Amino acid sequence: MLTKRIIPCLDVKGGKVVKGVQFEGLVDMGDPAAQARFYNQEGADELVILDITASREERKSIIGVVESVADSVFIPLTVGGGISTDDDIRALLNAGADRVSVNTRAVQNPALITKAADRFGSQCVVVAIDVKRREGRPQWDVYIYGGKERTALDALAWAEEVERRGAGEILLTSMDRDGTQEGYDLELLHVLTNQVNIPVIASGGAGKLQDFADALSIGGADAILAASLFHTRAMTIAQLKQFLREKGVPVR
Amino acid sequence: MIAIVDYGMGNLRNVGRAFAELGHAASVTDQPEAIVSARAVVLPGVGAFGEAVRRIDRLGLRKPILDAIKLGRPLLGICLGMQLLYEESEESPGFFGLGVLPGTVRRFENELKVPHIGWNDVITEKATAMFGVPGRAGCFYFVHSYFAPLSEFTIGQTEYGISFSAAVRRGNIYGVQFHPEKSQEAGMTVLDRFARLT
Repeated sequence: MLTKRIIPCLDVKGGKVVKGVQFEGLVDMGDPAAQARFYNQEGADELVILDITASREERKSIIGVVESVADSVFIPLTVGGGISTDDDIRALLNAGADRVSVNTRAVQNPALITKAADRFGSQCVVVAIDVKRREGRPQWDVYIYGGKERTALDALAWAEEVERRGAGEILLTSMDRDGTQEGYDLELLHVLTNQVNIPVIASGGAGKLQDFADALSIGGADAILAASLFHTRAMTIAQLKQFLREKGVPVR
Repeated sequence: MIAIVDYGMGNLRNVGRAFAELGHAASVTDQPEAIVSARAVVLPGVGAFGEAVRRIDRLGLRKPILDAIKLGRPLLGICLGMQLLYEESEESPGFFGLGVLPGTVRRFENELKVPHIGWNDVITEKATAMFGVPGRAGCFYFVHSYFAPLSEFTIGQTEYGISFSAAVRRGNIYGVQFHPEKSQEAGMTVLDRFARLT
């Protein structure tokens, strides 16, 4: 049986793992390769590395980070942040990424998704979608530039478009919940996972064990992603998997 | 030396890294002579079937791969590399694979989420060099939208809506739909056993 994936996320800036609350206030949390080895030991099913470096010059350091992580662990590696062209993707895959995650540039140039899927296959292309709920309504706006800029896109319509263009998975982050530990936005997850026929990774808001079970069973997510909870060692992956197993959620 | 065939698609370094970790000499190559003279050949790959076929033919690698098979060298196709062992794929009609396994690679049914991404069990019915004793061979990492149906060559099967070939063997030809190089210890064991076939 296909198991649900538990994915720690390493937000990397200037070669270091950092983590903020609601996309702000970054705190240094250590060396990416060391973190990757730790999570590999713990039973992480995949790793996501997001390069949140602002400038293009600094961004070259991500290649070295990907290489050192890929040298350290033998689990799937998804890398995102600042990807503009299919050659950027090629470079990350060559460095050791198995999949890439595109966000801002995909909104600005949706043909990037199509091109990447044609060249590298859908299974290689994850589209990250950062969303914020519209006041009081079950509707969500898509944000870009790490949550700094609102677009005119509706989350559900955009999700359908990325699927149509060949994305193999959606990494869905609720900006309202990110870093709050108040739980995933279950309504968002439920609506979106029913709208598309590609897997969805839930991100943003995990605080307690039950939040993960809810995202997977009520929300219908195929995988869950978390950062702070794991980085601060507030919760271990082994502990989480044991809990999910007891709840009847298939995990590795 | 194990030759990891480079036809310009996929993260070959990860397969090389895994063999290095296991202590087996392996090198990534697109040279026909290196493929024919290798003690074993690995055909990795991610991406589309048609594009892979086009690149293999453009680089003149079809013949050396088939020659290595004829010479009795163990060959392991991984993911798309396994699908390339078949005659054709619904992904790219009109493109002919290596054709060393009969049949057509198919797409998963629509009611399932596609791609099939994640860790899933591989079950074996008979004892094999690759998986050992029959039963649950372990949990492996899959990421694919197309699959090889069960056949007389299936040595390991996985269920995703239907049961499909997770691993196949025909003589010295092996294929795995999952990524052993990304499947932690379970995958490393498979790669190690393959490397020890010669």
